[in-house]
Amino acid sequence: MNKPLKQHLIDPEICIRCHACVEACPKDAITFNDDNVVVDAAICDGQMACIGPCPTGAIDNWRVVATPYSLEEQLEWMELPEQQEIAAGEGEADSEALDDAIATLLAEAHKGAGGVARAPASAAKPTVNLHGLENPLKVRVQGNFRLTAAASDNDVRHIILDLGPGHFPILEGQTIGIIPPGEDAQGRAHLPRLYSVSSPRDGERPSTNNLSLTVKRVQGGVCSNYVCDLGRGDEVLVTGPYGSTFLLPDDPEARLVMICTGTGSAPFRAFTMRRQRVMPTVNGRMKLFFGARSPDSLPYFGPLGKVPQEFLEKHFAFSRVDGKDKTYVQDRLRQDGEALAMMLTDARTHIYLCGLKAMEAGVEEAFNDIARASGLNWAEIRARLREEGRYHVETY
Amino acid sequence: MSDTINVSYDTQIPNNVGLSSDRRVLKALEKWHPGYLDWWKGQGPDGFQESLVYLRTAVSVDPKGWAKFDYVRMPEYRWGILLAPQVEGRIIPCGEHYGEPAWQEVPGEYRSMLRRLVVIQGDTEPASVEQQRFLGKTAPSLYDMRNLFQVNVEEARHLWAMVYILQKYFGRDGREESAELLQRRSGSDEKPRMLGAFNEETPDWLSFFMFTYFTDRDGKMQLESLAQSGFDPLSRTCRFMLTEEAHHMFVGETGVGRTIQKTCERMREAGIDDPTDIGRVRDLGVIDLPTIQKKLNLHYTLSLDLFGSEVSTNAANAFNAGIKGRYRENKIDDDHRLQDATYPVSEFTDGKIVVKEVPALTAINMRLRDDYSRDALGGVKRWNAIIRKHGFDFELTLPHEGFHRQIGTYTGAPITPEGEVITPEEWAARRDEWLPSKEDGDFIASLMKPCWEAGKYAGWIAPPRVGIDNKPGDFEYVQLHMA
Ligand SMILES: Cc1cc2nc3c(=O)[nH]c(=O)nc-3n(C[C@H](O)[C@H](O)[C@H](O)COP(=O)(O)OP(=O)(O)OC[C@H]3O[C@@H](n4cnc5c(N)ncnc54)[C@H](O)[C@@H]3O)c2cc1C
Ligand SMILES: NC(=O)c1ccc[n+]([C@@H]2O[C@H](COP(=O)([O-])OP(=O)(O)OC[C@H]3O[C@@H](n4cnc5c(N)ncnc54)[C@H](OP(=O)(O)O)[C@@H]3O)[C@@H](O)[C@H]2O)c1
Ligand code: SF4
Ligand SMILES: [Fe+2]
Ligand SMILES: [Fe+2]
Repeated sequence: MNKPLKQHLIDPEICIRCHACVEACPKDAITFNDDNVVVDAAICDGQMACIGPCPTGAIDNWRVVATPYSLEEQLEWMELPEQQEIAAGEGEADSEALDDAIATLLAEAHKGAGGVARAPASAAKPTVNLHGLENPLKVRVQGNFRLTAAASDNDVRHIILDLGPGHFPILEGQTIGIIPPGEDAQGRAHLPRLYSVSSPRDGERPSTNNLSLTVKRVQGGVCSNYVCDLGRGDEVLVTGPYGSTFLLPDDPEARLVMICTGTGSAPFRAFTMRRQRVMPTVNGRMKLFFGARSPDSLPYFGPLGKVPQEFLEKHFAFSRVDGKDKTYVQDRLRQDGEALAMMLTDARTHIYLCGLKAMEAGVEEAFNDIARASGLNWAEIRARLREEGRYHVETY
Repeated sequence: MSDTINVSYDTQIPNNVGLSSDRRVLKALEKWHPGYLDWWKGQGPDGFQESLVYLRTAVSVDPKGWAKFDYVRMPEYRWGILLAPQVEGRIIPCGEHYGEPAWQEVPGEYRSMLRRLVVIQGDTEPASVEQQRFLGKTAPSLYDMRNLFQVNVEEARHLWAMVYILQKYFGRDGREESAELLQRRSGSDEKPRMLGAFNEETPDWLSFFMFTYFTDRDGKMQLESLAQSGFDPLSRTCRFMLTEEAHHMFVGETGVGRTIQKTCERMREAGIDDPTDIGRVRDLGVIDLPTIQKKLNLHYTLSLDLFGSEVSTNAANAFNAGIKGRYRENKIDDDHRLQDATYPVSEFTDGKIVVKEVPALTAINMRLRDDYSRDALGGVKRWNAIIRKHGFDFELTLPHEGFHRQIGTYTGAPITPEGEVITPEEWAARRDEWLPSKEDGDFIASLMKPCWEAGKYAGWIAPPRVGIDNKPGDFEYVQLHMA
């Protein structure tokens, strides 16, 4: 069977035939006739040197194909073909990632949505798999900060990776792979581990070519310990970006319900910062339900406190605070049940779940109860939300 | 050794030419700088100098570094001197010195010819900024306003690029020419800009789009042929300018395309099948296709004039000297000397158009103009595809090369856009069928109402299909700061 390939294509309706990309390509993979400029799939090795110089964005198009479109076909195009359904695994179009191992991890993480995940209709178009296992991107650690109190036995790190001159466009909600050095017990190179990007698309500060991760040290874990021990200036091999559905709607009207535990907060930090940057005055649209053992083991507890409640309505659930009842995110959802029930039937509502796989069941139950109390059917609502790209689960 | 890819900021003037260790040129440029800033403040975009504009700035000349986006106040834009990396072993690509190593210093015998070429190119750069000075006030969206300002700051950077060559390689003459470049003014009676099209007005946004599509494309072709110069610093500076020029082409092509798109959409909604039903189309508040054709006719023909006379000994000399090549000289498969080659050139004599074979060496301008027309046709095809997609029977065309010309063999010839020779009286009587009339101009002017809410567009133009730097539809490309 032909392994599907991610083919680099140019949108002929947007391209203005300036040939800036032709000049920029170190491989001479881009050719043209009087009408179109096209990329030769046999030569292009995905270095992306052409992306920056293109003045139109025409160059930034990708299709997963079983057989690449030929140069002749492309030269005749008046418009870009739609993405065709590609048989992969169970016969679903798979464009979250191209490497099988990674695609499996993501499929597993998204399973909790109960069906094929879809991106929000208004989400920006993600780039996936620029750097596969064969051509990881080398980046440099710009910072490594502990997010949880020194006294807490939960060690979560805020890691900033400087992408240098690298082209690695990410959207909020996407993940990247990190390849830990060394080999596994069988003597094979380690596979990458996935980490959600916790910074917005234009960097930790606007227009910095960097990204951040939120990584928890796992006892005995190969990659998480490697990452948590990294120092400023160290080099790291990353792959990705991955994920084409767990994305932020580009719509000020969207209502976001974000539910997480621990490092599951990473994409929501990115979501919040994105909205703070592009629509800082749009209040009353985001709710965050965040579970941790205690305030000092909750990543970003301090910074979150500074985000105004009108902009981001925060509901913390602490499971191990002396003298307090154990509270989980699902308990907080129930407490806010009335408001949430109203949102369930609002076509602008998007629900996101990220973090511990274990919380899925409890959250499901909570929504079931909340819906029932208002005479609604959660299973039906969930299916509809999912089909419309408004229900997203990423748990691990 | 200075790093020639990354831009250094150790002087006031960002550059990748090692300015900090070139005291003489650095001092000359620092002296020129205040006058330049005065020029920008006086002749640059009127009323928006304090606004924050989402602009791209080059931080290096390799593909990955030259498109960094951020909000900038235009007077604080980092205008710099950026040359494409030197190509090892580059040769003189044409003419009698063909095959010799490219010059790194000005060849003495060609000094004045070279200077003239640089000055003419340099003169067009500030001219277009001056021509577009008031357009911001009627911008149909913040997106378009941002694109205008990006074009403006880049044209101003092109001025820097040419001034650097003058200051670095032409001594006292170069200094004087640099000063002159800041003194001439587009449309001025006393001290006009050097070329005709750069003294015309840019009264409205359709003119601006047509200008960037047709007239900037002449600039692109000139830069292409100077990029083929045997004088290596000029070649390198033009190669980098071409990457910026691409954005200007983009603004023009998509600007006209979006105008057409909106017209077609509105005609469909209103159930108008006949695109030439001008009155009804105009009542919809969009620009009818026949008027768009007239604007095209005007800007295309003004731009053809910029290529000079079809047969020219100046152009032959420049080619022969190896200081200006043909479009894609290094990709052409011939002797690069044009010793025996001929090239077909049309001539207008005794009221007839005849085609003659002339020595290719003297037809350099003509050949570049032909390359230009072919290049310009590409966008026209895209525009027609939009019209066809909406199901209208109407086709935009490039007029005949003899139509409405002021330079060369066709000067003043009474030729229709279809290439038919008619009497001067008939031509004068039919002029308004082919070229925008006062009334057309007034109608377009009546649509030029600013639309400055993020994500909103004036009624005569469609939004773009993708944002700049992949930004979402409602992105605030310009944070206005009105005094
Ligand atoms: C879509 C997705 C997004 C994710 N996002 C994040 C994120 O944002 N932040 C984050 O921190 N994590 C995230 N993860 C989890 C992350 O990818 C890793 O799984 C996690 O960091 C553990 O990797 P590791 O290499 O450290 O552990 P591994 O080496 O893979 O070990 C996994 C488990 O096996 C146990 N183990 C391993 N070796 C031994 C041994 N010798 N003896 C006993 N036990 C052993 C470890 O204790 C650990 O529990 C995400 C996962 C997915 C699928
Ligand atoms: N396992 C241990 O005994 C132990 C002991 C000492 C230190 N540690 C370290 O402490 C770290 C804990 O960090 P963390 O806060 O990031 O923990 P986490 O495992 O990521 O859990 C985050 C929050 O989710 C809660 N949770 C657990 N099951 C849930 C469910 N089914 N539904 C909803 N919520 C659920 C947790 O509560 P509860 O955890 O309270 O159930 C906690 O409040 C671990 O990484 C571990 O290395 C673990
Ligand atoms: S750089 Fe972009 S617009 Fe220019 S030819 Fe290449 S794809 Fe087309
Ligand atoms: Fe220019
Ligand atoms: Fe230009």
